[in-house]
Amino acid sequence: MISARGLRKSFQQKGQEPFEAVRGIDVEVRRGEAFGFLGPNGAGKSSTMRMIAAVSPVSGGSLRILGLDPATDGSQIRGRIGVCPQEDSLDTELTVAENLYVYGRYFGIGRAEVRRRAAAQLEFVQLTERGGAKVEDLSGGMKRRLTIARSMINDPEMVLLDEPTTGLDPQARHVLWDRLFRLKQQGVTLVITTHYMDEAEQLCDRLVVMDKGLIVAEGSPASLIAEYSTREVAEVRFGIGENESSAGAVESAVGRRAERVEVLPDRLLIYAADGEAAVAAVHDAGLQPVATLVRRSSLEDVFLRLTGRTLVD
Amino acid sequence: MSVTVAMATRTLTLRNALAYRHAWWIFVTGFLEPVFYLFSIGVGVGRLIESFDVNGHPIPYAEFVAPGMLAASAMNGALLDSTFNMFFKLKYQKLYDQMLATPLTTTQVALGELTWSLLRSGVYAAAFLLVMWADGLVHSWLAVLALPAALLIGFTVGAVGMAFTSYMRSWQDFELVTLITMPMFLFSATFFPLSAYPGWLQGIVACTPLYRGVVLCRELTTGQVTLDSLVSVIYLVVLGAAGLAVVGRRLERLLLT
Repeated sequence: MISARGLRKSFQQKGQEPFEAVRGIDVEVRRGEAFGFLGPNGAGKSSTMRMIAAVSPVSGGSLRILGLDPATDGSQIRGRIGVCPQEDSLDTELTVAENLYVYGRYFGIGRAEVRRRAAAQLEFVQLTERGGAKVEDLSGGMKRRLTIARSMINDPEMVLLDEPTTGLDPQARHVLWDRLFRLKQQGVTLVITTHYMDEAEQLCDRLVVMDKGLIVAEGSPASLIAEYSTREVAEVRFGIGENESSAGAVESAVGRRAERVEVLPDRLLIYAADGEAAVAAVHDAGLQPVATLVRRSSLEDVFLRLTGRTLVD
Repeated sequence: MSVTVAMATRTLTLRNALAYRHAWWIFVTGFLEPVFYLFSIGVGVGRLIESFDVNGHPIPYAEFVAPGMLAASAMNGALLDSTFNMFFKLKYQKLYDQMLATPLTTTQVALGELTWSLLRSGVYAAAFLLVMWADGLVHSWLAVLALPAALLIGFTVGAVGMAFTSYMRSWQDFELVTLITMPMFLFSATFFPLSAYPGWLQGIVACTPLYRGVVLCRELTTGQVTLDSLVSVIYLVVLGAAGLAVVGRRLERLLLT
């Protein structure tokens, strides 16, 4: 569905060196797959997504979407994909149902057909009762769902979702994830950017981790965790300002029970196959952390390992 | 699936019609302004003016002012959507980003939006012509041609307005629009003839789009068509086409980055 080779994107800046948002990435996305771009703000995810959506010219390298070149077949590509942008670009002057109808007409879909599809999509995102409502009166979660319904109006082969759940409350996120699962089951290829680890683990079959415009790792969530992290992580917290100074003592206390110890401003992370054993070793050495927690490794840890910093910044 | 220009234009027109359905009264206020001027200055002040010459023919003052206001109402019709409303859609509503995520191209979006400006101009002008006719201010069958003339004015004002808007950075910049349209409205031979100006100023006024529109409408509604009308038509077509070309290019630079 997507084939990128050495893909680059740079933006001209007045009186400065051009800003390189994407510095040469290779990506292959296969039909029916849920593929994720993971990375902090400014990693180049959105720039990549805009190029894939055929609304941003490629600065270098090659890019094929559905086998087509976005430079020459942009209109045709856009006709076959769905886009759910980071900010809901809904038409606030129209009602919920009109948003879907008019948007469908932009694709040249016939009147009766677009009416049928709009009704089906409203049903799918559970907004049928709000069809006549003004967009402004919808909650954040409803707006997102409407945006997803809108991105499906042309029966796309692939849907691009740029940070689909950013800013939503937990309940709204779960409703949205459920809808995305169903889309995937219908065979729609999903391409998702996110900076939420749990979202990537939930939704993506395969993902790439991006940092500073480059891909730093690639694989399934499980394989990335296996490759770059341990099975468990013990989080230990000392008093304010004491975390860094305690790192040495913790390291010698856990010894070979841990693979490594990561220092964060507010806590230490001990990467170990057996987290409880590592915590016990810390206590046995006479250290007194104010709080401890043992959890399974997540993509967050992978990211920390790869880039040396936490994701949510 | 490919979308033709005609389909794109139809859909954008439908979109704008749906959006305006909830605010139709905005339509009315824009239309009333030149009507008020017609009755206040044209008819009211006109009572104080004995006789008035156009191309050597004496006509009542109101008949002189009316075509000027007809051209102004066509300008008004195109102006609002091509400036304020387009800026809102471009910068705040991100409506064009939404449209460009579909098969639509920047040229199709520009044409579709311009068509709406044109339609609004046409509606204003048609209603104004009716007011003129009802008030006995129309004396030639040629006045029927004033409607396409008004559409032409709408085309030019709309295209140039959109081109300007694509360079606007904030709402403050719109003071410029008022600064340009207000004097055009007052001084484009709308209320008094060009001969009132010194020679050098006549040349400048004769080059403004509203003056060309006023000349065209006046020659049609008074039935005294000269070569000046042809000059006006060519001028308005060329200026509008240039504006449209700029809009297409600018939308691409602003949105497809």
